[in-house]
Amino acid sequence: MLANVADVLVVWIADWGRMMIESVLSMGAFAVFVLDTLRWLVTRLPRRETLLPALYQVGVSSLPVVALTGTFIGMVLAVQSYAQFEQLGLGTRLGAVINMTLVRELGPVLAATMLAGRVGSAMAAELGTMRVTEQIDALASMGSNPISYLVAPRFLACVLMIPALTVMADFMGIAGGSFFSVGIYQIDMHHYWSNSAKFVSEFDLFCGVFKSLFFGAAIAMVSCYQGFNCGPGAEGVGRAATASFVYSFIMILLLDLFLAIGLDAAEDMLWPSGGSLI
Amino acid sequence: MVEERSETLDLLNDQPALVRVENLYIEFQNQTVLRDINFSIPHGQTLVIIGESGCGKTVLMKSIVGLIKPTAGRVLFDNKDISKLTQRELSLQRIRFGFVFQNAALFDSMTIGQNVAFPLKQHTDYSKSQVEELVLARLADVGLPRSVVYKKPAELSGGMRKRVGLARALMLNPELVVYDEPTTGLDPIMSDVISELIIRTRRQNPMTSIVVTHDMHTARKVGDRIMMVYPISRLEPDEPQIIYDGPPSEMDHCRDRRVRQFVNGEAGERLMEMRFSEAEGA
Repeated sequence: MLANVADVLVVWIADWGRMMIESVLSMGAFAVFVLDTLRWLVTRLPRRETLLPALYQVGVSSLPVVALTGTFIGMVLAVQSYAQFEQLGLGTRLGAVINMTLVRELGPVLAATMLAGRVGSAMAAELGTMRVTEQIDALASMGSNPISYLVAPRFLACVLMIPALTVMADFMGIAGGSFFSVGIYQIDMHHYWSNSAKFVSEFDLFCGVFKSLFFGAAIAMVSCYQGFNCGPGAEGVGRAATASFVYSFIMILLLDLFLAIGLDAAEDMLWPSGGSLI
Repeated sequence: MVEERSETLDLLNDQPALVRVENLYIEFQNQTVLRDINFSIPHGQTLVIIGESGCGKTVLMKSIVGLIKPTAGRVLFDNKDISKLTQRELSLQRIRFGFVFQNAALFDSMTIGQNVAFPLKQHTDYSKSQVEELVLARLADVGLPRSVVYKKPAELSGGMRKRVGLARALMLNPELVVYDEPTTGLDPIMSDVISELIIRTRRQNPMTSIVVTHDMHTARKVGDRIMMVYPISRLEPDEPQIIYDGPPSEMDHCRDRRVRQFVNGEAGERLMEMRFSEAEGA
């Protein structure tokens, strides 16, 4: 009986050990992949013919979906907050709450989530298919560096276009929220906007856009890494696409938390007597 | 004809080696695929590597062009150790290789013209008209009409895709051309067309070639020398993995039963193994 328990324990410890080793190895491989991409960005900028399609795919093609989700999130925020704020007689402060939430948190996170779902998965699937069908090997065999040719333009496109998408999500969310608050709930427009202007500062807008740069970089790196290390066959490509979204989303949430803490501390340091919403 | 081939082989063996593989070991996740491989390929020779599926032929070929790093041992191309080159040096060295992939590995986001022009655009500063001219010339060399230039790879048949792959591999006039299963999945007529193209390419440009195949017709037709690789799982620990290395003409008279079995396409003891596993399963 004791021998059996010991055997089970040994297997359990061995499994955990193997898992830990594999995790450390994957993290190391990911770090090398990121450093390699940054090195290629410094040594040789991507060519126009690879960068422009990536910019179009990441930026222009994602605009409609980001705008649509931004609008609806703004309207939902108005619907959810109105009842409570109206009961307290603070209906005119709704603009400040909706716009602050959107500009500082929801705008960048929403744009990044849509980018991870729409573009990140597509990038992982595309690169994964190229890996499975030996197109990445073909690229290398012709003397081109796959990271420089495939990853660097996608990384630059994500980092350059995500601030624009974030601003779009912010703008459409603010428009949607004001439409519902002023148009449907009949909140006074003058007070709605003056309260917004009072509490939402340029620094809040900067925080959202600044955070989005990190989200864009994380999405590009995670998705390209998953595509490059895709398993064999259609199953491997499917797994890579799913994993790219899941890991990108986890990275977005983790980065959001740490950046929020850092930026709040920076704000407290720069403006110790910040305003209050109530 | 046979004597002529043997004489050519003798002459080629006197040439200095372009590729030298020394004590090569390759392992994937503790599974050994290649064990203590040693051989060299003189300038101008066409070496055919044969062997059953899963014996490590493609891995061997990819390690020669530096796409797979050896676990131990080394691969020398023109006396330079491939695994010791920096990324930049390896990229420059790879311009001297041409690689024809099993499924052509054409970039499916590009047209055929863009695929064939790719090496030129990456490594030369030719004008648009010069690139266009060279692309059309290469496509004509492999027997493809100019109408394919604007087509996507998915619109072509398997044989046409392989010919496009060959045209792309030859674009920079490589010194070493590597063919991975060039006739697999093709009908006998198209297989013969590809074999003829390999011979014609070599006649037109003096180059060294490595052909990996399990098609004996192609192997005999294009090869100056044939090398047979055997799967490690079927070998004793001290047995060499290369079980035949010589001219095509001597393969039929080889004393090794395993070589004769492969050449004649006989299942031999594999049928017995299948019956045993069926019986065990039942």
